[in-house]
Amino acid sequence: MRRTVTAVVPALLGYFILSGLNCCRHLCLVPIASLKLFNSATGVWWRVIDFVNMASTLFRNVIQAQPLFLNSSALLRRKNGVLYCTMKSTSHSHTQTATEEKQQQKSPQKIKVPPQKQMKEVSKIGADYEAVIGIETHVQLSTLTKAFCSCPYSYGAQPNTCICPVCMGLPGALPVLNSKVIECAVKLALALNCRLSFSSKFDRKQYFYPDLPKGYQISQFDIPIATGGSIDLDLPLEFGGGHRRFGITRIHMEEDAGKLMHSGNGSYSQVDLNRAGVPLLEIVSEPDMRTGIEASEYAAELQRVVRYLGVSNGNMQEGSLRCDVNVSVRPIGQAEFGTKVEIKNLNSFSAINRAIDFEISRQVNLHSQGQQDSIVQETRLWEEEGKWMVFFENTTATDPIPFLVQKTVTMRKKEGLADYRYFPEPDLPEVVLTKAYMDSVGKSLPELPEAKRRRYEEMGLSMQDVLFLANDIAVADFFDATIQKGADVKLAANWIMGDIAAYLKNEKLSIIDIKLVPHELAELIASIKSGTISGKIGKEILFELLAKGGTVKGLIEEKDLVQASYCFSRSFLHRITDLGDIEKMVDKVIAENPKQLEQYRSGKTKLQGYFAGQVMKASKGKANPGILNKVLVEKLNAKV
Amino acid sequence: MLSTLHSPRSLSRFPLHLTSSVKPRAASASSASSLSDYPPPPLPVAQSPGGAPASQILTIRRSLLSGSVTATQLAESYLSRLRLTEPQLNSFIHVSDSVLKSAQEIDDKIAKGGGEALGPLAGVMVGVKDNICTADMPSTGGSRILENYRPPFDATAVKRLKEKGGIVVGKTNLDEFGMGSTTEGSGFQVTANPWDLGRVPGGSSGGSASAVSARQCVVSLGSDTGGSVRQPASFCGVVGLKPTYGRVSRFGLMAYASSLDVIGCLGTSVADVGIFLNAISGHDKFDATSSKQEVPDFESLFASINLLESKPLSGLKVGLIRETLDDGVDSGVKSAINAAVLHMQELGCIVNEVSLPSFSLGLPAYYILASSESSSNLSRYDGVSLMSRYGKQTVSDELNALYAGSRASGFGPEVKMRILMGTYALSAGYYDAYYKRAQQVRTLIRESFKTALDTNDILISPAAPSVAYKMGEKKNDPLSMYAGDIMTVNVNLAGLPALVVPCGFVEGGSSGLPVGLQMIGAAFHEEKLLKIGHLFEQTLQGCRFVPPLVADDPTWSRT
Repeated sequence: MRRTVTAVVPALLGYFILSGLNCCRHLCLVPIASLKLFNSATGVWWRVIDFVNMASTLFRNVIQAQPLFLNSSALLRRKNGVLYCTMKSTSHSHTQTATEEKQQQKSPQKIKVPPQKQMKEVSKIGADYEAVIGIETHVQLSTLTKAFCSCPYSYGAQPNTCICPVCMGLPGALPVLNSKVIECAVKLALALNCRLSFSSKFDRKQYFYPDLPKGYQISQFDIPIATGGSIDLDLPLEFGGGHRRFGITRIHMEEDAGKLMHSGNGSYSQVDLNRAGVPLLEIVSEPDMRTGIEASEYAAELQRVVRYLGVSNGNMQEGSLRCDVNVSVRPIGQAEFGTKVEIKNLNSFSAINRAIDFEISRQVNLHSQGQQDSIVQETRLWEEEGKWMVFFENTTATDPIPFLVQKTVTMRKKEGLADYRYFPEPDLPEVVLTKAYMDSVGKSLPELPEAKRRRYEEMGLSMQDVLFLANDIAVADFFDATIQKGADVKLAANWIMGDIAAYLKNEKLSIIDIKLVPHELAELIASIKSGTISGKIGKEILFELLAKGGTVKGLIEEKDLVQASYCFSRSFLHRITDLGDIEKMVDKVIAENPKQLEQYRSGKTKLQGYFAGQVMKASKGKANPGILNKVLVEKLNAKV
Repeated sequence: MLSTLHSPRSLSRFPLHLTSSVKPRAASASSASSLSDYPPPPLPVAQSPGGAPASQILTIRRSLLSGSVTATQLAESYLSRLRLTEPQLNSFIHVSDSVLKSAQEIDDKIAKGGGEALGPLAGVMVGVKDNICTADMPSTGGSRILENYRPPFDATAVKRLKEKGGIVVGKTNLDEFGMGSTTEGSGFQVTANPWDLGRVPGGSSGGSASAVSARQCVVSLGSDTGGSVRQPASFCGVVGLKPTYGRVSRFGLMAYASSLDVIGCLGTSVADVGIFLNAISGHDKFDATSSKQEVPDFESLFASINLLESKPLSGLKVGLIRETLDDGVDSGVKSAINAAVLHMQELGCIVNEVSLPSFSLGLPAYYILASSESSSNLSRYDGVSLMSRYGKQTVSDELNALYAGSRASGFGPEVKMRILMGTYALSAGYYDAYYKRAQQVRTLIRESFKTALDTNDILISPAAPSVAYKMGEKKNDPLSMYAGDIMTVNVNLAGLPALVVPCGFVEGGSSGLPVGLQMIGAAFHEEKLLKIGHLFEQTLQGCRFVPPLVADDPTWSRT
């Protein structure tokens, strides 16, 4: 790279703290609640704005839209298939995050939709119309410092504590690019098979909003750092499975804005600039997706990729991965796209899926009623919270059926008129990449989810196992390390997906938090396979290892000692594999049961099980069943 | 004749002497030898015989080290002159109250025997243009929207000059955010030209130029986006240097047009400007556009120059830009420039006319680019952000009304006009016709300068087409005011260094009005400009650039 960029500006922060600004102290000491509208004494860093009118402008359409669904005409329209009701909460794939699953569990099972309605809807879309979906994703990079200054950023920090003159946009402050941002962008671009620009530049995107302290966002406009890539994914089996490849239009670098916090009564708002200047990568997809599930799986795969690369935590709840979805519908066979609608406020993969399917239904319905002109280019919000509604099926019905109505509502119209007056950012030099730099970053890339899935598939694992294991890089790493130690592939997968996954879920832990190490799991699997311990005992040891750690060998010995002190004699855990010992026991049992022996030898061979049981009993369950049976059959059938 | 031009004046000698009370245009007839024998005066007034200015900075350092004067005495003398002249001039928006404290610290250091460790600017009074951030003083950019704003940090240039012992006297007046050529566009006050109080000091660094000219401070920081250091230097008869883009960090300079803005220096001699530039230059990790080019030691350069040589600039190729002497340039200015050309030829220069065909395109291209960038840079003054605490914020129920109200009452008319022009030029559908074409013109201009500087060592032109305007003369005629920037804007578009040295007078005021000669060099060749400028200044006969206001002031020139 030609340019040099610095990420550390400690002196600046020093100035800031040492200069003992009164307002700086206000930041820390003044509780949010004590700030009042236009309190010029304290309202400096916490910008105080009256948002009453603004909020009403912003949400006017929301307010107007609701009664529509509450009156009888809404019911009528529902019967025409407009009203979309969620029932897909059972259909989430295991690619989703734990938090998301939790959220879905919160949605009660009350959600019911007359199934035939859904079917009709889906078939209608399939037969006559096609949806076209493109996604713009913002990924917040987990760099130590912000994009253009040395402020650290941590989610959930006290408001306005991670700020400096640069990210506050003070007069005279200048941005200096953090080189880690370029590294992250190059990593992701290579992972998504993009063409990198040897020379790209930053531009200013200009608009006024209180969360944007400079009045412009530093972004990339006409020459992004990367263009023209693709992403591969496998749809979960419950959605019919199948491999998909979706195009990536471009990736560019930009900075995040601050956050507005609106007061409870809406009379004022406050600005938290902690997030201002945090680096983002925006990934724009080609309009290649056709269904809600394809779109949500695209987002899930993107999350996997950024997590594999370590460029972002990809957490949707924290806003580290944000998806804005563009949906349009066109009659099948039509070449040009329909009018697109952008949907925002999608906080989970299932929300993406449901919001898109709702929006498709809404648009298809308008098309089928000949009202496609009323689809306008606009931004709509997904109402995740929804509204519980009760209606009566037919007029004669007596059972009220509760519905959770989640829908998209208009946020702002006339999208096309926004003029951001982009022009090249004069404060930052061009971003110049060399071939050598690209190659060195390329070499540092880890095995990516797609490659991992194909490798697991080749190992003979089922698609279900493949998807589970490759979903989380920590799980995949654990699995890889386990089989590296020679563990049986299928058995390792079963242990991880079964008991270990269950334990993690119960304890709300991640696989990196547990005390079990892959080497010991491999050891455990080997001990069971070799017959040293039984599966049942293996499980006991596993839980011991998960909670307390230690080694398989150590635990076996430890248990041995414990048993010895109580029973004086035999090992509790060790399988008795010594042929001589087993022969002795078999001989003893045979000698003690002459009657049964006679019956056996006269043809009642089923009694082999009885003998085996007796030997096992005598061994306190520790005789190796393979050896036992072998010896037993030999002895029983021995010609005397 | 040449021998009389090169009277024995060596910078290393720097005779401290009392200036005579003669009117500035009349060269002193006193001989160097007689004056240098005088005992040290209470003030180290740097003025060598014959009117050629000596370095105030070097004189101050010698006086401090020899103990002939203390930093406190020095500071007091500058402050008393400042107080005396300020009611007429209004150069400063804010005067520091810690000047004497800083001076005392320097004296303490000297008293403890730390004289050797004194920085190159120790005890030097510096004026700082108010669009350059200072942590301990208000920084308004000349705008009511930032009234009482105190930044939490020093600009890099300010930090560096302080580290080298410089004392910031105060914040100098300017056209709001640097947008103007008269300093009448300040949101606070109108600054007068020390040569004629009824005239403007030029702009936008009018306060910095007037303060240096009136000896209210030794040197000052200005900013130059389209000529804002050079044109006021010319109007006020001082030396002004616009360094190469990237030579001085812009961190802490309130951005007007980021791709053109440069922090520059003003002083009463080329040596002072060179020493001052050296102190503030160099790469800064807080400014991604600052250059890593090495900064030469300009001070040793001046020491090495032999003023006794008969043709010290022998063989130097000087290109006189033909387009800068077209119609529209005052005849008085033309004749002063012609005299300067003759003087350069006497020094051994080969002066040829060169043509820069794209020269006239510079002005419209400049106004489009500068306005476009300013419309963006000034977005942050929205009445919502932190600055609003100090400046204008209107009370409003609704966000857009809050923005509109704050900006309408906070910005002056010139700033509003440029924001509107810039917003228009960047708007969808107009971008290609305006902004993009202006950038193409910029490339042409850069190339034409490169070609001209490949065959010439430096280019010269007047610094402005006229001398200082009367107050109010251009106020209602923005186009004619913009046209006054024709000489300087091209240099900003090309990012080159340029030095303005006073070269003569035009009739006007009580004692004539100074004319500045602009010398343009190749990128990062400030050293060459300073050397030529120094020789030119030290050998120039018959001109003494001390304004009547100060020449009559007993604290400056005692008899």
